[in-house]
Amino acid sequence: MTIALVSLLLTIAALWAMARLSRSDTRTARLATPAIFGLLLIWLWQAAVMGFHIPRILLPAPTEVVSALFSHTAMLRRDFVQTFVRSVIPGYVIGCGLGFLAALAIDRSAFLKRGLLPLGGLISAMPIVGVAPIAVMWFGFGWQSKAAVVVAMTIFPMLVNTTAGLAESGALERDLMTSYAAGYWLTLLKLRLPAALPHIFTALKLNSTLALIGAVVAEFFGSPVFGMGFRISTAAASLNLDVVWATITIAALTGSLSFALLALAERAVTFWHPSFRNPS
Amino acid sequence: MTREQSGLRRAVDTAFPVFVVAVAAVVLWYAISAIIGTALLPRPDQVAATLGTSVFGWPVTSPRNLLYHAGVTAEAALVGLAFAIVLGVAIAVGIVHFRVLDRSLMPWVIASQTIPILAIAPMVVVVLGNLGLSGLPPKAAISGYLAFFPIVVGMVTGLRAPDSIQFDLMRTYSASGQQVFAKLRLPASVAFLFPALRVSVALSVMGAIVAELPTGAQAGLGARLLAGSYYGQTLMIWATLVMAALLSASLLGVTALAEAGLRAWRGGRL
Repeated sequence: MTIALVSLLLTIAALWAMARLSRSDTRTARLATPAIFGLLLIWLWQAAVMGFHIPRILLPAPTEVVSALFSHTAMLRRDFVQTFVRSVIPGYVIGCGLGFLAALAIDRSAFLKRGLLPLGGLISAMPIVGVAPIAVMWFGFGWQSKAAVVVAMTIFPMLVNTTAGLAESGALERDLMTSYAAGYWLTLLKLRLPAALPHIFTALKLNSTLALIGAVVAEFFGSPVFGMGFRISTAAASLNLDVVWATITIAALTGSLSFALLALAERAVTFWHPSFRNPS
Repeated sequence: MTREQSGLRRAVDTAFPVFVVAVAAVVLWYAISAIIGTALLPRPDQVAATLGTSVFGWPVTSPRNLLYHAGVTAEAALVGLAFAIVLGVAIAVGIVHFRVLDRSLMPWVIASQTIPILAIAPMVVVVLGNLGLSGLPPKAAISGYLAFFPIVVGMVTGLRAPDSIQFDLMRTYSASGQQVFAKLRLPASVAFLFPALRVSVALSVMGAIVAELPTGAQAGLGARLLAGSYYGQTLMIWATLVMAALLSASLLGVTALAEAGLRAWRGGRL
């Protein structure tokens, strides 16, 4: 009864605060509104679990998820290292690197570009994660097979976006480079790659999510007895939903932090791009 | 040169490089399978033969027919996609019209694209299973959840796409809110809906396949992949993968047809 009353009051207060805040355009207001909304949802989740006595095998309360985060720290850290440090990062680096190099290679041939780009775009739309059982068959249960899936998922978005980016610099600018007697490599380094950076970062950001998905889903097909995908599937099957939610929390944090880091890097190296220019 | 000839010429110019690269990929596939052995990588003709016997050798209702599994997966993906479109468009309309929703909900929608949502699939399957829902509902829920976010983002961008000068024009016509929505915002959003829809279609198929992994599902492309993985049947995995690619491609093709149809109906533009 008290929970319901408190929840009702909190909801009204939060709605009022969000309505007030959304009228102002300051940075604080833009950050505070979604924060209040998120906190309200977490409170309502907690209140619903406690108030309606929802069984833990359906939905653990946020407090239980947090306590699972703290009581299983060692296990969760091992899962994180296995999945993110050992599978995602090598796979991401290799996949993005290969896609980038392939884009540079086919860039010199208009024929290859016209041939590969439509296929690359089509393959990007395929459920590539399905290669996971084959990767497990080829590379075993360890991190190598997960990294291979990540490579397969990240390579084509990188290829397609880098190729699009390399076409970004205008004919006028290239003529200028020619008039400076700049060769292919100098033009590439000083003009075309910087101009391609926004597209490359689009692919890097897209791939950071894809890489996590690839590694986690590949673990559903077979893995050593740790790893985030393994943990999610086995803990869900044994109804330890607090552990599942804790792992999902870590995966979500990892995903958004990676994305945020890439976005910061993007701002640092493409400060000249119109989308980042300060309007004032 | 007549116009038809130049059109044909252009089509050949587009298709020929794609054809050459595709042929090169098949040749490369043969070469690799010859080097590492057909046990690890079956030849393309073996995969095609497996796919062929499966599709033509059994009735469509038989679990030995991959079309049957593709149908099961497609059903989940399409039901999920339908929910995602309805809900996504409704929420986008809300976000465009209510500032509070824009400020509170939209950042979360955008942030959710940076997290691996697919990781919740096993849990959704187990929890809905406990509630007595198995088979289609959990798969459609996961598909729909994945497909939902790109649609919201695309529709919000699209509904805001008209210039302020166009909104001003609607004002001088003293158009009501509903009329502005129906005659300006909605038509403008279509050009943004279709790119979002392509992403969502691809995601919904992937979601349906992954959702079939933890269920111990008997039917569906994901279940087939898992079975092939358990029993080490490489050919079955490859044939299923090709079928999944075909399913994805045909759904994307239907989307492209709908887009082309709408474009033609609206006089060549979206």
